[in-house]
Amino acid sequence: MSAPHAEQVTSALPHEPEKATLEGRNKVLAFWLFLGGEAVLFGTLFATFLALREQIADGPSANELFKLPIVAAATFILLVSSLTSVFAIQAMHRGNKKSLSLWLIVTVILGLGFLGLEIYEFVEYVTHEKFGMTTSAFSSAFYTLVGFHGAHVLFGVVWISLLIGQLAKKGLTVVTAPKVYVSAMYWHFIDVVWVFIFTVVYLLGKVG
Amino acid sequence: MDWLTTVDHKKIGILYLIAGALFFGIGGIEALLIRWQLIKPMNDFVSAQTFNELITMHGTTMIFLGVMPLIFALMNAVVPLQIGARDVAFPFLNSLGFWTFLFGGVLLNISWVMGGAPDAGWTAYTPLSSKLYSDTHGVDFYTVGLQIAGLGTLIGGINFLATIITMRAPGMSFMRMPMFTWTAFITSAIILFAFPAITVGLVLLSFDRILDANFFDVSEGGNPVLWQHIFWIFGHPEVYILILPAFGIISEVIPTFARKRLFGYSSMVFATILIAFLGFMVWAHHMFTTGMGPVANALFSISTMLIAVPTGIKIFNWLFTLWGGQIRFTAANLYASGFIPTFVMGGVTGVMLASAPADYQFHDTYFVVAHFHYVIVGGLVLGLFSGLHYWWPKMFGRVLDEKLGKIGFWFFIIGFHLTFFVQHFLGLMGMQRRIFTYLRGQGFDTLNLVSTIGALLMGVGVLVFLFNVIVTTRKPAGAPNDPWEDGRTLEWSIPSPPPEYNFKQIPLVRGLDAYWKEKMAGHTEMTPAEPVGSIHMPSASILPFVMSAGIFVAGLGFMYHQYVVLVLGLVITFACMAIRSLYDDHGWHIDPEETTEKGVKE
Repeated sequence: MSAPHAEQVTSALPHEPEKATLEGRNKVLAFWLFLGGEAVLFGTLFATFLALREQIADGPSANELFKLPIVAAATFILLVSSLTSVFAIQAMHRGNKKSLSLWLIVTVILGLGFLGLEIYEFVEYVTHEKFGMTTSAFSSAFYTLVGFHGAHVLFGVVWISLLIGQLAKKGLTVVTAPKVYVSAMYWHFIDVVWVFIFTVVYLLGKVG
Repeated sequence: MDWLTTVDHKKIGILYLIAGALFFGIGGIEALLIRWQLIKPMNDFVSAQTFNELITMHGTTMIFLGVMPLIFALMNAVVPLQIGARDVAFPFLNSLGFWTFLFGGVLLNISWVMGGAPDAGWTAYTPLSSKLYSDTHGVDFYTVGLQIAGLGTLIGGINFLATIITMRAPGMSFMRMPMFTWTAFITSAIILFAFPAITVGLVLLSFDRILDANFFDVSEGGNPVLWQHIFWIFGHPEVYILILPAFGIISEVIPTFARKRLFGYSSMVFATILIAFLGFMVWAHHMFTTGMGPVANALFSISTMLIAVPTGIKIFNWLFTLWGGQIRFTAANLYASGFIPTFVMGGVTGVMLASAPADYQFHDTYFVVAHFHYVIVGGLVLGLFSGLHYWWPKMFGRVLDEKLGKIGFWFFIIGFHLTFFVQHFLGLMGMQRRIFTYLRGQGFDTLNLVSTIGALLMGVGVLVFLFNVIVTTRKPAGAPNDPWEDGRTLEWSIPSPPPEYNFKQIPLVRGLDAYWKEKMAGHTEMTPAEPVGSIHMPSASILPFVMSAGIFVAGLGFMYHQYVVLVLGLVITFACMAIRSLYDDHGWHIDPEETTEKGVKE
């Protein structure tokens, strides 16, 4: 069995191409498992942050530091990107490759927008507020938790960009569909983590 | 070259076996050096600093680089065969997991020649492991090396979970799975939920040391007890990652050599799951003396003691399996039978330690050292030796010499009890753990001498096993499919060693102990579940090796603040990921007429 030609596969693409092959089903299952591990990872980071959030030493406190408008904007952008990735998967289920790629591109742009705001925020803190990794236990916990999430967003942006390239080259097949599907799962996961960061880090820091 | 690129789970199992045995040997030599230092009072065989490095590296090496890979070796060699699969779910990831573990282990061990090994104990408690008290690069090697090795373990765990969930042969429901596969499954689940915690802990510690963060620095608001919580949230489940596969091995070996089905199979499954669940609830019993308060201490005491219940279920099930069986004491079964009383002794001292008020006396004495060696060596290592004797013919096509196996067993188990039994009393008399010497006339002299002699005997036992391996390997291969004649599970229904594709036709499973069931029905082989056809195989790949090498380079760069090197390493790794992603690999096929000659491993 040599690999079926891309066009042939597209013409007869099954309803849920991501689960059409054993490899695809394995990939989706293993990715759910992986996200379970990621949940523990972020859970531990959150626990660390909660344990250290009052330990500001001589540095600024959360209340002095955070400006909710910019964080709210970042949150809005990231949540919308989750919606656009849903549109992408719906397009994939309709077998519409063009629409799929388009929505993935929108998702990547929104992800880049989020990253831009986060980098701006970090630079502001470091240059104007003298709030760096070494300032206090609170600052270390803040940069580690939020930075880990940011690194996840960056990884997702690069990953989905590569997938857009693959789709252009190979088309929508039972090989590429699972990859797109798990990348969307990943993207939802980091959005959910951000909802917790928004609540636990920023809202609690402002009012808690 | 073949070995660098292989994605065959059986070969990866052998790689894990070789690498694990190597690190086990290093850890064992470290243990002997420790015991030699303590053979007499005021010994000056090694310095205090070297002693700290030895105990740290002994613990770290044995746990992460010695016994865990040996468990993975057996899991790789056996689990796909037991569930009637041709391979694991992700052969590529399997290879990646191995190489990441190996490069992490190598990184940790080159610390010996790169300016000092880690010296803060295998638990690396802050502030002992902070820059203030440990100013060499030793602990950096610990954080980065374990991080890389842990990544490999996590990958392996996810792979086995997916394999066992999706790749079982037709008819093999979860409640027909062999016990070893069950324990491999549960162990992988614990790995999945425990390892990310140590990942975070190691990140925090390396940030403190390398980027001057303040997680554990009290003067800037940090909290050292936080490290203990994170470490033991991982560390306690880790104990069950280690012991459950041993339970699985014992549950395979005893029914085979008692010629009876395992007593209470479903209660064994239930007990395994319950132990795994409780294992996550009890981490703070390592921290009774940190001042958590009586309520927390009481809760963690009680939840810890609860684990004795499912463990007791298992012990009695093994005894009832032996009861009335036609027992054959082969070397594998000697190790399995020796396991039972030894592990019970370790369990009893565990319940003693679980009592918080008593723990204030036992804490950081040799009583604790005796306890965990009874569980890990008397439990896991005896289990591993049992499993190695049992599955050696399946892995290599040669049966290990029985006489040498038995001689090795007696050296090992007598040496073991001599070494660690007396340590209970040393602890009760007040000898602390981790001290590099002691004064004359405290009553420690004789017992320490006995302990060291025992350790040497254990070393002889291991050497006898090695000798056995060499002797056996020089003999011609020729083990039959089912060398023990009473094999119960699917791996015994195919040749030893299995051909590259494992099963020519995927078998149909008609009950628990699938192969035994067919034998009792008068059949000599399994009923196939599919017609003879061409078999799809994954392609070999060098990428896992290169990716792991990239992570290794990046880790060194991070440790030494050489950010160019760090970026270079990451680029290598991510480039490999991109290549893997962009170029589809469709594997290759073995045609039906070729199956007899092709793919049969030499």
